[in-house]
This record gives sequence, structure tokens and C-alpha cells, in this order.
Amino acid sequence: MTMVFGVPLPALLGQLLIGLINGSFYALLSLGLAIIFGLLRMINFAHGAQYMLGAFTAYLLLHFAGIGYWPALILTPIIVGVFGAVIERLFLQRLYGLDPLYGLLFTFGLALMLEGIFRYYYGASGQPYATPPSLAGGTNLGFMFLPNYRGWVVVASLVVCIGTWLLIEKTKLGAYLRAATENSTLVQAFGVNVPILLTLTYGLGVALAAFAGVLAAPIYQVSPLMGSNIIIVVFAVVVVGGMGSILGAIVTGYVLGITEGLTKVFYPEASNTVIFVIMAIVLLVRPAGLFGRE
Amino acid sequence: MNALLDVRGLNAWYGESHVLHGVDMQIREGETVTLLGRNGVGKTTTLRTIMGIIRQRKGTLRFNDQDMMPVPLHKTARHGLGFVPEERGIFASLSVIENLMLPPQIAKNGMTVDEIFELFPNLHERRNSPGTKLSGGEQQMLAIARILRTGVRMLLLDEPTEGLAPVIVQRIGDVLIRLKQRGITVLLVEQNFRFASRVADRFYLMDHGHIQSEFPVAQLGERMDELHKVLGV
Repeated sequence: MTMVFGVPLPALLGQLLIGLINGSFYALLSLGLAIIFGLLRMINFAHGAQYMLGAFTAYLLLHFAGIGYWPALILTPIIVGVFGAVIERLFLQRLYGLDPLYGLLFTFGLALMLEGIFRYYYGASGQPYATPPSLAGGTNLGFMFLPNYRGWVVVASLVVCIGTWLLIEKTKLGAYLRAATENSTLVQAFGVNVPILLTLTYGLGVALAAFAGVLAAPIYQVSPLMGSNIIIVVFAVVVVGGMGSILGAIVTGYVLGITEGLTKVFYPEASNTVIFVIMAIVLLVRPAGLFGRE
Repeated sequence: MNALLDVRGLNAWYGESHVLHGVDMQIREGETVTLLGRNGVGKTTTLRTIMGIIRQRKGTLRFNDQDMMPVPLHKTARHGLGFVPEERGIFASLSVIENLMLPPQIAKNGMTVDEIFELFPNLHERRNSPGTKLSGGEQQMLAIARILRTGVRMLLLDEPTEGLAPVIVQRIGDVLIRLKQRGITVLLVEQNFRFASRVADRFYLMDHGHIQSEFPVAQLGERMDELHKVLGV
């Protein structure tokens, strides 16, 4: 059997794949957080709950309306994104200009409420969500067996991350977003409706979390606690990438996911803490994050 | 002829601090008017209040015969008012061309990108550079150019010569003369009255948050004592 640094190649590649899948979720979630923080200057503590809401919306669509995975993958981000936009209009808009702590506390409270509601009705254990039949089974790559659904998760995450990056870096709407991040008053003085832009941005960030939630449903099951299990790691990813940096969130998400996977192979004891150790080092050496502006 | 911009008894506050105490000014279409005054007398606040950036305000503010007091900031520009701030507001995360194309077009009579590049050849050469990599003079040109592209009727220009080399100040003067020839109305805040005298039709002299006096450019010579006293030069 081929060995790499004393580790069998299939084991190494298997962990790399798990790292890449985790990284796909880290990238999608930290991308949404970074977009929201970049423009709204708000630390969206409800992001994990909105990811959970995405998974539950897909689950509810299936069980109450018979809507399967593929339509849910489109419908869920829209439904949860609109829910996010309504939250922004009704509540978050009142918090702009105040200490960021108010936004953090509000979104933290929102996360607890959402989790509480789903725990009340579904308990803490997960609900199964079947892998779509078209992605059942796996593909033998010769050196490893790749479950089709997990391959799809990596591809879908990459496409959505690159698409979102292109939207922000290469379009007029993205130019408004980037400019408003720097000086929203001046962008308003140019005639751009920044309040609507803020609502759309929050809705987009929440929709990305919901999209990740639908992708996660067949892998991790649908559980009220699935968001709080991942959100702390995602915050660490955003800090390492640089708060508000779009490219930083995407690249760091994948790199830290893979790093976590490789740590499981070479030093399993550190696999749960490696991301936080990296975060501490980055904060010491480069407080603005790897891709953040000093 | 009705004034394009009609300001009467304009008051403004920063929180508890009362900054403008009844500013009056009337500017006709096509005029270039300079607001002179020392640092801290309320010149920049006057522009920001007219533009709607400062919302704690009272008084009468009409532009093109429309009451601008209830108009939200993001709709002010669509009425034809453009603002170039003193700090220029060039966005670091946007290239020169992205900065230039950022403000939405509000009228068809704005300058085309080709006209802008003809007027400011440096911007064409550096169109793909990050906006903040430009020199101070080039950033000022970019800040003016991006508003001219939108087709504004009136430009509020805050200290465009601040901190710039004399040769660049001369160039900005040339640009303002070109704007005047195109019929664009300009309200210019400036401390350098020698520069302003090259382009302005009239002056408003401001002190302690209100207009102290108003005179045409032809009277500049006779007003030197007053200018020296108010401006402290």
C-alpha cells in the first residue's frame, strides 16, 4: 500500500476529502458572515441558526409539501433569505449607528429563539434527510471511493463561492457594496439607496447560510443544534481570513477545513483545536487577518 | 429669474451643537459662487446640509423650485445636486474606472467617459489602478470627474485645492472654467480666495455659522480689508 509520511494514501485522501467537505461549509458560512460584517458592521450571531433554518426548511418542504431536494435547494435560500431581509427591516435597521454589541446581542437572542422553537417541536436529536437518489452511491476513483453526494457538496460550494465573489468583485452591484463598506454616506449622496442595499446584503448572507444548510441536511442530519455546533469554528475562520474580507473568508474556509482534516491524520488529539490555535497565532502576528486590510 | 438653489434661514446641528445659524444664499443657474471663510465657520457644514447629509436641519431649502427638506439623502442626487467632499471620497477597494462609473447617471447631459478622459488624460492612463494609488491632484480630478459623468445641474465642491501643488491648483481652475462654459452651476467652498477669484462670479463671506456679506467678483479689490479681517490672512 502506498504510504505518505507513514500514513496509508487512502486514509490520507479520505481525511482530505472530509476536510474539503467541512471546508466547503466553512467557506459558505464564513462568506455570508463576511458579507454581512463588511457592509452592516454587524456580527451576525444568528448565522448558525439561519444555517439550521435552511436545513429545517428543506426538511419541512419535503415532509409537508412533498418538495424534494433539488427544488428545495433553490426555494430554501429564497425563503430564508426573505426571512432575513424582514428581520433586517424590522429590527436590525434600528441598531445601525449604535455600539456593535447591540447587534451581536440581538442576533444572539434571535439564534437562541430559533433554536428553542425547533428544539421544542423536534427535540435535540437529528431528523434524517435522504440523499437525493440521483446522487446516491459513490464513484471509485482508483485510489479512493468518493461518495457522489459529498463530491457534489464540494462542487456546489465552490460554484456558489466563486459566483458570489464574482458578483461582489465584477458587477456594478458589487461595486456599490464595496464602496458602501468604505463610506456609505457618500454612496447615498451619489443617489444609491443604501438602506435597500443593506437589506439585500443581509438577505444574501442569510440565503448563503440557508443554502449551506440544505447541502448539509443529507450529510449531518437536520438538528436544531447543528448551527451552534459549527458557528464558533466559522467565526474563527472569518477572523483568520480578515473580518469583512470576501476572498479571505472563501480561501480560509477551504484551507482551514483541509488543515483540520490533515490534523486528524497526523495528530488527531489537536484536530478539534487546530483552527483556534491558528486563529490565536494570526491574531498575534496579523490582527487584521490574513486577507484583511490593516 | 428664480434661483436654482434657494436657501433661507438654514440652521443645522451636530447633536446638541448648533452649527449653522440661519444661512441665506441664492444661486442662479450657471453661476459659480464661492463660499469663503475661516476654518470652522460652517462652510463644509453648509454644503453637507444642503446635500442632505446632515439631517438635523431647519429652514427653507429649495432646488429647482422643489422643497428639498423632506427628500432623503439617496434621492437628493436624482434632483441634480452633486457633492464632492473635501476628503475626495475615493474608494480604496475600487479601481479608477470603477470609481468613475460608480455614481448612477441621473441625466443624459453628463460627460461621457471619452470626454472625461480627454479632460483628464492621467485618469485614462491609470484607469485600472486602485483609486487611492493616485496622487492627491489626480484623486481630486477623479472625484470631480465621477460627478460630472452623472449629469448633475449643480456641483457642491468642498475645498478642491486643499493641500495641492500650485500647478495642480491651476489645472483644477481650468476644469472649473470648463464646467462654467458647459453651464454647470457650482457652489465652491474655498479658503484660497485668489484661486476662487479666477473662477467665481460672486462670493459669500461666512462667519460664525451665517453669511456675513455677499459681493460680486468685481468688488474683490475693494473688499480686501474685510477679507483680511474675516479670513485672518
